[in-house]
Amino acid sequence: MPQSSSKFSEDKLLWNEALPGGCHWSGVLRRGNTLRLTDLQGLANVSALFFNQEEKTERYNMPDTLKAQHTAFLTAGHACYSDMGRVLCSIPEDSCGWHDTFCGVLDSASMEKKYGLLNYQTARNNMHRSGQEGLLTELTKWGLSRRDMGPSVNFFSKVTSDVEGKINFDTSHRASGQYVDVRFEMNVLVLLSAAPHPLDPRPDYAPGAVRLSAWRSGTAGADDACRLSCAENERGFINSERWFL
Amino acid sequence: MSLNFKPRTQSSDLDPALASFDVVVPAGSPWIHTLRKGQTFRITDLEGNQAVDTLFFNAADIKEHYSLTHTITAQGALYLGLDTTLLSSEGKAMLRIVADTCGRHDTLGGACSCESNTVRYALDKRSMHSCRDSFMQAIGNSDYGLHKRDIASNINFFMNVPVTPDGGLTFEDGISAPGKYVEMQAEMDVIVLISNCPQLNNPCNGYNPTPVRCTVWDAA
Repeated sequence: MPQSSSKFSEDKLLWNEALPGGCHWSGVLRRGNTLRLTDLQGLANVSALFFNQEEKTERYNMPDTLKAQHTAFLTAGHACYSDMGRVLCSIPEDSCGWHDTFCGVLDSASMEKKYGLLNYQTARNNMHRSGQEGLLTELTKWGLSRRDMGPSVNFFSKVTSDVEGKINFDTSHRASGQYVDVRFEMNVLVLLSAAPHPLDPRPDYAPGAVRLSAWRSGTAGADDACRLSCAENERGFINSERWFL
Repeated sequence: MSLNFKPRTQSSDLDPALASFDVVVPAGSPWIHTLRKGQTFRITDLEGNQAVDTLFFNAADIKEHYSLTHTITAQGALYLGLDTTLLSSEGKAMLRIVADTCGRHDTLGGACSCESNTVRYALDKRSMHSCRDSFMQAIGNSDYGLHKRDIASNINFFMNVPVTPDGGLTFEDGISAPGKYVEMQAEMDVIVLISNCPQLNNPCNGYNPTPVRCTVWDAA
């Protein structure tokens, strides 16, 4: 494995696939691989859950991630922590700039209230699917359940807060072609849903498609920006490396 | 960051002498208890600046638990306070805050753990006490059927974790004070799981964990 991670290039590509808006996906991304998510139409929201593939009771922990880095959102230079003090994955590159961490996914009942019912019998694969339904479907494939559904990272969605704590979904940062690189520092079970964000102000159900592109990048080297972005992350990466000793 | 918001507070008429249950939870201790629908539950910050890490589970189905994401998106705001309905992972009302003399409570900061202490403070802090160890002790020693996977993101009553408009997250000295309390009414039968925080490394409890009082009144 390379000492320091390398950037995306076509010749390193392991695989590449499109995830249509509203659909869901899961798979294992191993230590030293990076997954690039690309917002193809400027309408994407990708809700992600991360689990340690070898011990699934260890999973992405949103408060630990936020506290360690004194941030309420994720972007380049940040890491995603497990509840066991380890970095599951990190974000070496991000052209979007802000990914929501605290809104979770829309449940199916709220989705029907917001967009109306469009079921399989009527719409086949264009049916309305909620983030809750998508992630629950994927969780169940790996022996997990609704008990295991914590707060997701909502890639490509920006939600800000004023001093009173009132939150606002900001659509101004949306653009087609934006991407975020998620580099895996452990062997991670990744669950994704491309259903709409719960606060998406669009009145119609119109989630955008994303491209998933994986390559063998290597892990964060000694001079990596995510590792060096704060003293907390230096310790978090050490904890991950100890898991593989 | 200065405290440039106006806390909304309201006191309660309930008399502790008429409570059906009243207990002091010492600093650093866990507490687990079942509340019945209609009961009122008060947590009093006896000495001030304490963080009370609290989780709720549906007593009829422990797979359903308090959910910060449902609660935040439903009320369109990050902090908990008077009139907040605490929603479950199924989007159902678990409890409603009916009185609050503090004004704001955190739901983003989660619970300290000995593992996250190694990240936040130093690798050799692992041996110190932590809320998640307290949660493990409480669920390991009780027969509710709770598992580590059920330990979702909790509420930190009396804790102050402001998010700035540009997305920064800070831990501030508490806005609580001796005798301040938060009171909520159960909308379903719920299991309460508390870790009265033992954290000695940050100002969330003034570096001095102190006891809290948990009081329960039956429905009138």
